[in-house]
Amino acid sequence: MNIEDIPRRRFDALIIGAGGGGLRAALQLAEADASVAVVSKVFPTRSHTVAAQGGMNAALANVLPDNWHWHMFDTVKGSDYLGDQDAIEYMCRAAPKAVYEMEHFGVPFSRLDNGKIYQRPFGGQSQNFGGEQAARTCAAADRTGHAILHSLYQQNIRAKTHFFDEYFAVDLLKDEQGNILGAYVFDIHSGEELIIEAKTTLLATGGAGQLFRTTTNALINTGDGMGMALRAGMPLQDMEFFQFHPTGIAGRGMLITEGARGEGGYLVNAKGERFMERYAPSAKDLASRDVVSRSIYTEVKEGRGCGPEKDHVLLKLDHLPEDVLQSRLPGIRQTCITFLGIDPADQPIPVYPTAHYTMGGVPTNRHGQVVIPVKDTPEEPVTGLYAAGECACVSVHGANRLGGNSLLDILVFGRSAANHIIEYLKENRFHKVIDEKVIKQAYNRLHRWDTNSGDESVDDIRHELQKVMEENCGVFRTQDVLNNGVEEVSKLAERLKNASITDQSELFNTARVEALELENLMDVALATVYSAAARTESRGAHSRVDFTERDDKGWMRHTLYTSEERKLDYKPVRTKPMSVDSFPPKPRVY
Amino acid sequence: MRFRIYRYNPETDKEPYMKDYQLDNVSSDMMLLDALLLLKEKDPGLGFRRSCREGVCGSDGMNINGTNGLACITRLSDLKEPVELRPMPRLPVIRDLIVDMEQFYKQYRDVKPYLDVKDPLPEVELKQTPEERDQLDGLYECIMCGCCTTACPSFWWNPDKFLGPAALLQAARFLGDSRDQATDERLQALDDPFKLFRCHTIMNCVQVCPKGLNPTKAIGDIKKMMVKKSL
Ligand SMILES: Cc1cc2nc3c(=O)[nH]c(=O)nc-3n(C[C@H](O)[C@H](O)[C@H](O)COP(=O)(O)OP(=O)(O)OC[C@H]3O[C@@H](n4cnc5c(N)ncnc54)[C@H](O)[C@@H]3O)c2cc1C
Ligand code: SF4
Ligand code: SF4
Ligand code: FES
Repeated sequence: MNIEDIPRRRFDALIIGAGGGGLRAALQLAEADASVAVVSKVFPTRSHTVAAQGGMNAALANVLPDNWHWHMFDTVKGSDYLGDQDAIEYMCRAAPKAVYEMEHFGVPFSRLDNGKIYQRPFGGQSQNFGGEQAARTCAAADRTGHAILHSLYQQNIRAKTHFFDEYFAVDLLKDEQGNILGAYVFDIHSGEELIIEAKTTLLATGGAGQLFRTTTNALINTGDGMGMALRAGMPLQDMEFFQFHPTGIAGRGMLITEGARGEGGYLVNAKGERFMERYAPSAKDLASRDVVSRSIYTEVKEGRGCGPEKDHVLLKLDHLPEDVLQSRLPGIRQTCITFLGIDPADQPIPVYPTAHYTMGGVPTNRHGQVVIPVKDTPEEPVTGLYAAGECACVSVHGANRLGGNSLLDILVFGRSAANHIIEYLKENRFHKVIDEKVIKQAYNRLHRWDTNSGDESVDDIRHELQKVMEENCGVFRTQDVLNNGVEEVSKLAERLKNASITDQSELFNTARVEALELENLMDVALATVYSAAARTESRGAHSRVDFTERDDKGWMRHTLYTSEERKLDYKPVRTKPMSVDSFPPKPRVY
Repeated sequence: MRFRIYRYNPETDKEPYMKDYQLDNVSSDMMLLDALLLLKEKDPGLGFRRSCREGVCGSDGMNINGTNGLACITRLSDLKEPVELRPMPRLPVIRDLIVDMEQFYKQYRDVKPYLDVKDPLPEVELKQTPEERDQLDGLYECIMCGCCTTACPSFWWNPDKFLGPAALLQAARFLGDSRDQATDERLQALDDPFKLFRCHTIMNCVQVCPKGLNPTKAIGDIKKMMVKKSL
């Protein structure tokens, strides 16, 4: 297709991504009568939110005493004091309403005898600012993400949201002033390209778990929105913080929800010892994820791993009553039977820390506006561009996300971004003019795969990238290993320029989609290793063997990586909440 | 291990054909999707959908040795050789194992699959007892993979009139929800010689559902509700 012939469509708002974040925003906009288009590379209910298991946090106090301020404290502490406290306050205050809304939208939450929503304990939750364990995670059995995503999609059917299903977004479009004005996309079915002109664009493209070889993430989680943002000149924030979930099925990666430990499961090593008692005497198995992952890693490294290779630990659920397993954890029970041939009612589950969640992302404020440093101001909004969900960094998770806080994040900030867009649209009634040069760039990026005759293969480079990331950017890090990661990823990025694909069909060309995804993944990998190699302290998920302490004097700041010259910049953490007193950094013990 | 896979790219192929593949070093814990991903590395043009690789997203429904299922949770060691893979039946093929599911999605939209509460909403959650909530088990877990509907003879014969097991299961999910207040409208909309009543309890749907759901029972329950309403 000639570039002049590419059709154009106009909308008030374009949402890229139909996971929980994108669909929550879409619903808010559709109900405000904005014309909204949702573009997703998979049919909406196949987005990765569907895989979330354990639940979403909100201080409803349905089971144990609770309030949003305790939730806020836990989140700040969980973030290892890198989270922005204004955004965290906003999220924790908004949480109960976000849950009730989802319930009204139809989510089949599990119930208590009094008819209220069931809540389970999750890691890092406490009553009274660090006291007894809290029970804050609202759950629909262990299929909470499925229940939320389907209900949101259903409500969007009711609201008649306009969906572009199985469309792939290639790049953002802008004008000469840098205002973001939509995206260049193509229909995966037919290969037909489309320019979507939009007054506002929301990135809700999810995480980048495919950076690593063993991951709980779906094959589609390739950090596309982060790649698009980088190519549009935006920075990515705090990419060195990648969460390894303590309990992925060893060697395979399927997640066993933290809810399994919330319901009473616990970890043991080869000697049968409940080793978490040594690492986190009070919270034990429900310490924060970074803490539990490091403990498992250390047990295995020191020779106390299980199995013939001594390469994992065991998660025991066989002491739980069968009806608890069946009513609260049916999904993970089925997963164990399918993938391991093990029924957790009889046998413990082999688990190991597994790549799980991208804490970093496109920097935003709590209205979902993408913010970048301009001259002396660290956070200047970019007109027309928003981000929400796992692709964004608000930052409410800081250096380590608490379980159950991501579903909350995507719903709260999906909604608040939509509300800001609605206000913006009231004052900006006309479309601005897209710079043709930028359209040409997106066109070229896509069509480079039609003509390139390089001899590198997309599959090979992806496999190597995932291996390099696993070996050089894992649970424990040192300068040498990280420098090596920078070098290796840079080499792979060069090699990717010589990659080509053999499939040149226009019809549902999955090889082309995978090539474009790998380009995004590569940009995100560079951001991750560069950011990690520069941070000489241990904080949350970024754990340095050569710098074991947290350095609040030098490093209470967010990393900002930009693609141009692979430059790093920093901005201060927003330690001042909206209304309450700040939580000053303290040693983090569980 | 040997595979025979349906291939068709309307852009370049005059008609569909079966292509033979061989995969070495198949280990006992491998799933069919793992095999497909490896075959695709050798033959990148091979088209199929996939995402979660654990049976929750519903992307990779296909016809496996004559029976619909999800590639990602089908163990290779359970399959007879050569493993014959075809697209799910009776939906237009876009390419290879990828079908156009619009008809299936339309059926879903047709049953108004969303909670309808007419009373003013409370500040907090709508109450539901654990027993009332239990009524939704076996209904809400559907992942819209299409395995059941494309295995249903009544759907094959009347794809545009009969709603098919997946959409009817969805209808039952909302009819069964104690919070929903559109029961009468829902039943009325289904009271039609084709939409619901073309189900002849052949049970193909139940046999293939990868989530162990039972659309036949759901359809029976809707019929019972109709009878009760008409009395
Ligand atoms: C196994 C698992 C279990 C989890 N359990 C929990 C839990 O219990 N509680 C909790 O709080 N969190 C949990 N999480 C985390 C949480 O589920 C995710 O962080 C969250 O769902 C992300 O939602 P999202 O809307 O940002 O993105 P996603 O749901 O990942 O959606 C991304 C969307 O973007 C689209 N997209 C991406 N790239 C493109 C492109 N180039 N063009 C077009 N469309 C594109 C995709 O099609 C998709 O629709 C879990 C995560 C995993 C992996
Ligand atoms: S039981 Fe009914 S819905 Fe299921 S396959 Fe048979 S005819 Fe179709
Ligand atoms: S009922 Fe079962 S087979 Fe049918 S679409 Fe749902 S999950 Fe798939
Ligand atoms: S890949 Fe998601 S169901 Fe098989």
